[in-house]
Amino acid sequence: MPAQPFFEVSDHPPRTPGAKTVLQADDIARVLDRIAHQILEKTQGGAGVALLGIPTRGEPLAQRLADRIASFAGVQVGLGSLDITLYRDDLRTQASRPLGRTVEPAGGVDGKLVILVDDVLFSGRTVRAALDALTDLGRPRAVQLAVLVDRGHRELPIRADYVGKNLPTSAEEQVRVRLAEIDGADEVSIV
Amino acid sequence: MNRHLLSAGDLDAAGATQILDSAEQMDAIQNRQVKKLPALRGRTVVNLFFEDSTRTRSSFEIAGKWLSADVINVSAKGSSVSKGESLRDTALTVAAMGVDAVVVRHPSSGAARRITEWVDCHVINAGDGTHEHPTQALLDAFSLRRRLGELAGRHIVIVGDLTHSRVARSNVLLLTRLGAQVTLVAPPTLMPAGVHSWNCTTSWDLDATLAGKVAGDVDAVMMLRVQRERMGRGSAGGDDPSRAAVGYFPTEREYAIGYGLSPARLDLLPEHAPVLHPGPMNRGLEISSMAADSDRSLVLDQVRAGVAVRMAVLYHLLAGADEASDGLRATEAVSS
Repeated sequence: MPAQPFFEVSDHPPRTPGAKTVLQADDIARVLDRIAHQILEKTQGGAGVALLGIPTRGEPLAQRLADRIASFAGVQVGLGSLDITLYRDDLRTQASRPLGRTVEPAGGVDGKLVILVDDVLFSGRTVRAALDALTDLGRPRAVQLAVLVDRGHRELPIRADYVGKNLPTSAEEQVRVRLAEIDGADEVSIV
Repeated sequence: MNRHLLSAGDLDAAGATQILDSAEQMDAIQNRQVKKLPALRGRTVVNLFFEDSTRTRSSFEIAGKWLSADVINVSAKGSSVSKGESLRDTALTVAAMGVDAVVVRHPSSGAARRITEWVDCHVINAGDGTHEHPTQALLDAFSLRRRLGELAGRHIVIVGDLTHSRVARSNVLLLTRLGAQVTLVAPPTLMPAGVHSWNCTTSWDLDATLAGKVAGDVDAVMMLRVQRERMGRGSAGGDDPSRAAVGYFPTEREYAIGYGLSPARLDLLPEHAPVLHPGPMNRGLEISSMAADSDRSLVLDQVRAGVAVRMAVLYHLLAGADEASDGLRATEAVSS
C-alpha cells in the first residue's frame, strides 16, 4: 500500500470577502481543551473510550482530542476514523464521491464507549449515516457525539453530547471550518 | 466517471486513481464480520456471461452483493442463447427487466460496446474476445501499487500469448496512463498485429528483458496464459488438445523453455519485483510452480483485489446520480 500522509494538506484557500470569523486558532484550542476535559469528566477518566473522527475534518479533531486526553490524564483512548460516504441518504442525488478512510481503533468498537467526532453539526444526517456505519463495524456499549460547532437546523432527532460552540445561523449561511492539518490554519467562519 | 466501462483507455489518470483509491477502502471490508455496505441498495446488476469464467464472474457477483445490489447471473449455457437467441435480443431482454447494469463477457471483440448501442443501462466489459478486460487491468494495477507504491516510472514486463490476450491490451493502456513503462515479450507468432502502434516496447528475448538489457531494470513481470482454446485446431494437431497450439509454437516444451518463468528466470529479476498472473495458470507451461508459489507471486493478491476493484467500479458507475437515466425515469413517470 502506498504510504499516505494521515491528512492531506491542501494549499490555503483564499479568504472569502465577507466571511466573518467566529473562532480563531486560540479559541479552537481552548474549546478542544474543554471538550477533552468534559469527555474525561463524563466518562470517569476515559476508560473504554474510542474516538471516531468522521472524514474529512473530524479526523484531525479526533486526533487532537486524543492527544489532549493523553496529556491531561495520561490515558490512551482508542482512535479511528469512520467514513460515512456509502451510508449517505443522498448518494443518488449527486455524482459519485471519493471515499474517505475507515480505520478501526485498536481493539475494535465492541463494548466500547464510542464518541463520534465531527466539525459541524447541521441537519444531523451525517450522524445518522455514521450510526449506520458504526453498526456494521460492531456493537459499542454506547455512542456519544462531539462537534466543534453546532449550527442548528436539525432535520433528525439528534443532539450532540459535547459542543464546542453553539452558532445560530440562517439556513442560507455556510459555516466553514479550517484546520491546520488540512487547510494550513485553524479558523471557523460564517460565509 | 463515464457511463460505461468498456476499455481501460476510457479512464484518465485521475479517474483510474480514484477507482484504485476507492478500492483500497473497499478492500478493508474483507476484514469485517459484516461484509455489507448499503451503497447500491435497490440496484440490480446482471452478469451476462457468454464465456466460461470463474474468478471474474464470481468476483463481480460478490462485489455487487457486498454493496447490497441484487445480482443475477445469466450464462450462455442454460439460457435462451443455447436456443439460438442473438446477442441483441438477449441484451434487450435483460435490459427490459429494468436492470441498472449489465456486466458482459463475450468471445467476440467489441461485444460490450455494441450492447451499449442497444440498451440504456450501464455496461461493464468483463472481457470481450481478444480485445479488452479493463477490470483485470485495474486489479493488476491495484496489486502492483500495493506492492511497489506509485506506478509512475515503474517498468512492467508482460510475457506470453499476447495475440489472444485482452489483458495485455488493457494493461498497456492503463499502466502507461498511470505513468509506468511497459515491455511486451512473446515469440513473433504470438505478438499481436499492429503492436508497433501500442505505447510500449516489445522484445522476443525474455532473458535479456528480465536482465534489464532491453528496456532497463524490471519492477514486475506479468505472465499471461497460453490460450489454447483461442488457437483453433491446427491440422497437425487434430482433436488432441495438447497439440492444439500447433502453428504458434513447435511444442509446449519449447515454449516453456523460451518463454516460461522458470526458477532460473525468477533469479534474474531484481529482489523487489513481484510476479503476476491473471489466472487460470498453466503450471509448467508459462509459469513454473516455483514461481507461482513463491512469496513474490501476487496471484492470490490479484484475486482478492478483484473483489475490491470491482466494488469500486460498481460504486463509481452506479451509486451516484445518473443524468441520462434520471431523465428517462422522469419521462416514464409522466407517461404513466
